[in-house]
Amino acid sequence: MASIDIQSIRKSFGTFPVLHGVDLTIRDGEFIVLVGPSGCGKSTLLRMIAGLEEVTSGEIRIDGKRVNDLPPKDRDIAMVFQSYALYPHMSVADNMSYSLRLRRSTKEKIASAVGGAAAKLGLEPLLERRPRALSGGQRQRVAMGRAIVRQPKAFLFDEPLSNLDARLREQMRAEIKKLHGDLRATSIYVTHDQIEAMTLADRIVAMHGGIVQQLGSPLELYDRPANLFVAGFIGSPGMNFFEGRYLVSGDHADLRLSNGTMLPIRKREGLESGSAATLGIRPEHVVLADNGALEAGVDLIEPTGFGIIMHVTIHGIPMKIFSQDRRMLKPGPAIRVDLPQDRLHLFDSEGKRVD
Amino acid sequence: MRSRPVLTILHRLAILAYIVFALFPLFWLLKVSVTPNDLLYSEGVRMWPSRTTFDHYAFVIAHSAFPTFFKNSLIVAGSTAITVTVLASLAGYALSRFQFRAKYWIVALMLVTQMFPLVMLVAPIFKMLSPLGLTNSLTGLVIVYTAFNVPFATFLMQSFFDGIPKDLEEAAMIDGATQFVAFRQIILPLTLPGIAATLGFVFTAAWSELLFALMLISGNDASTFPVGLLTFVSKFSVDFGQMMAAGVLALIPACLFFLLIQRYLVQGLTAGAVKG
Amino acid sequence: MTFAAHPHAAKPLRKRIADASEPYLYSAPALVLIIGVMLVPLALGISYAFRDIQLLNPFSGGFIGLDHFRALGQDQAFFRALRNTLWWTGASVFLQFIFGLILALLLDKPFAGRGLVQALVFLPWAVPSFLAGLNWAWMFNPVIGPLPHWLHALGILDAPNNILSDPHLAMWGPIAANVWWGIPFFAITLLAALQAIPRDLYEAASIDGAGPVQRFVSITLPFLAPTIAITVLLRTVWVSNFADLIIVMTNGGPADRTQIVASYIFTQAFKRLDFGYASAIALVLLVLLLVYSLLIVLLRQTLLNKG
Repeated sequence: MASIDIQSIRKSFGTFPVLHGVDLTIRDGEFIVLVGPSGCGKSTLLRMIAGLEEVTSGEIRIDGKRVNDLPPKDRDIAMVFQSYALYPHMSVADNMSYSLRLRRSTKEKIASAVGGAAAKLGLEPLLERRPRALSGGQRQRVAMGRAIVRQPKAFLFDEPLSNLDARLREQMRAEIKKLHGDLRATSIYVTHDQIEAMTLADRIVAMHGGIVQQLGSPLELYDRPANLFVAGFIGSPGMNFFEGRYLVSGDHADLRLSNGTMLPIRKREGLESGSAATLGIRPEHVVLADNGALEAGVDLIEPTGFGIIMHVTIHGIPMKIFSQDRRMLKPGPAIRVDLPQDRLHLFDSEGKRVD
Repeated sequence: MRSRPVLTILHRLAILAYIVFALFPLFWLLKVSVTPNDLLYSEGVRMWPSRTTFDHYAFVIAHSAFPTFFKNSLIVAGSTAITVTVLASLAGYALSRFQFRAKYWIVALMLVTQMFPLVMLVAPIFKMLSPLGLTNSLTGLVIVYTAFNVPFATFLMQSFFDGIPKDLEEAAMIDGATQFVAFRQIILPLTLPGIAATLGFVFTAAWSELLFALMLISGNDASTFPVGLLTFVSKFSVDFGQMMAAGVLALIPACLFFLLIQRYLVQGLTAGAVKG
Repeated sequence: MTFAAHPHAAKPLRKRIADASEPYLYSAPALVLIIGVMLVPLALGISYAFRDIQLLNPFSGGFIGLDHFRALGQDQAFFRALRNTLWWTGASVFLQFIFGLILALLLDKPFAGRGLVQALVFLPWAVPSFLAGLNWAWMFNPVIGPLPHWLHALGILDAPNNILSDPHLAMWGPIAANVWWGIPFFAITLLAALQAIPRDLYEAASIDGAGPVQRFVSITLPFLAPTIAITVLLRTVWVSNFADLIIVMTNGGPADRTQIVASYIFTQAFKRLDFGYASAIALVLLVLLLVYSLLIVLLRQTLLNKG
């Protein structure tokens, strides 16, 4: 187990830059999730930590030791691949013991390590099978087993659940979390699924366009997104946005929409009156009230069982509301809503959060 | 969908016709090779002789130069197949796993060699090899056949390497293998069927080659099977039974290798789309 | 300049060179061989076309300019070979393709024993070309082969003679052998293309009301078209150069009636040992093939631009 230090890492493929200086310190035993849309550089960063991709500039340290030029085998890390990358010509047991055999561990040690990992993951009845004869979920487990037999300094996960169906993904997600609880191993997990990020991470690294957008605990990212990208990426259904101008009048402020409507908001320091701004509110934070300040035309109702997603239009702007009020299944042509001030997020013209 | 019995019967009949067409010449070869000489003319076009004999085979094996031809061909085709497979594995691996500047040119060069008529090279290759003492030598044939078959075999091996996910190599390196160990313990075992298929394709091609062997080989000692058989045919053109017995013998290795590569025919033919 | 400013400075120079040269090391042996045994002779061969090179004449070897090509312009045998090449290639490729396509369509339908049937009907492909040639030559031989007798019985031949010695019919012998030998090639490639067509397209077409013929015309053919085009084009080049069967079966005879350009080159080099003249013919063949390929590329371009 070890800490991992990443200092101003850059990566270009040819002349095309994919990472623009990433800094990240991962504490011993921490579970870090790199999340972002495809092409944001999260997988590249993970592969650089693994040693599968060369570092263009910057420094990576594992346990204080600089590893930039070490081949993967000398970094003492384990990785779970999206495709699982199980060796098709080896049995499950051989797949799991391969790393130990390469390190010339003793027979007894290999047997006990494989046995232990198999017991933890419920793989004992499958040990003699070939990967071909396993289901998707079982293969996923073997890939995990292969990673844990070795007790490496760190675990790297590259979208490990994205080839599973929804139910299995949920189940494996919980198992990964439980496993991390048992082993307390330093883990870096790459995903594009914000639910996986929220549920698994100690800290989330939200990435976009090769730049870290925000680093923090899942709830920090949910409650106080640092910019428009994080605000829109975290949470489902996604946050609603209103573009307009921030106007101060006395000790309160408004956002004036393009059609002239004024939405009252809390006054912010550090944002000049009259500047362009974007207001955000999560669908689950919109309050339905008979005497609400805003009228919303109802376009569409999506019941999910757990709640209802309502597609509405407020002042010509489409938005979504999430409600658990079953009466809203048949709401009538229009409803009235309030946007509570303490649930509003404000972003300046560059998309940065303003408090 | 409804199955219409008339269509099904027509379909099976058509297939049967193809099988008969494909196998009949080979059947005839076999038939004549076991027909005793005295029945050959009297029984003409009968489907099977009233008496069969293995005399022709016995004679060919015991009293002719065919065992030497057979051995020469085995040596040439076997050495060619092994050399080509080693070279093509290396080159195919480079083409499959590396991005490098000259890659485009290497591929273009190999494609060009598949397009021009090889018969053009008969004269210059003879002129080049004769001062080196490589005419009338099996080594010379192996060198020429290896060069001719490497481009196609490289594309074939590349397609097999392409079929092995890069993830596996990376997983092995993370598990603690060097690139070479990963190649030997992970990639190579998974490519074995591909290597076998390449061996088979090249063996078949080298076993069948005629024109360069005719040009480069003059004595019986270094004759390959095609050259020997053709010389035999032009000299003793009435010993049909013996010739056909020799033909059946030449067919055996080709058929064995055909069984070996059967599953990979499609891959082989697309890799060397221009090659037979 | 400080060392650390360079992005690669951290990596030792030796290792960087080793990394960069790795793919070249892997491909070098193959390349050396290809260049030495194919490209160099090709260049030599082109130079021979302008020299007097006769193996049995120790005084030959001089530069003679375009003499070979002037001789070629007067060489009736060469022009006959050119016509024969067109005939040989056209008939062989056409028949191979038609019968190969039918076989592929027959094999595309699943039925019991399909694997075995495939192995049997593809077997001719594995037969060495010289043996295929000899085998068919024997089949056409009235002494031991059945074909002349059958053709006579069917009324196609006046008498059970060997068509390989009949100047008007001889070309059909090698063509028959070539078709027998080449059907599997087309069948295998077309079958692979057929099986790559998504099955649900056929289901969708059936639901839309298309009959078997319409399904063939509107789905199978368009999907096969690229494969058909590329295999027919490449095969044409290959068959026009394929002299084995002719050399084995007729050696160009009778009276040069089956001589194609490739076999003519071989005869000049192998029998007459006139390497200079053989190389000149080869150069002309190469140019013709280049022109053919170029025409195909141009045709493709114009078709693409129209589409």
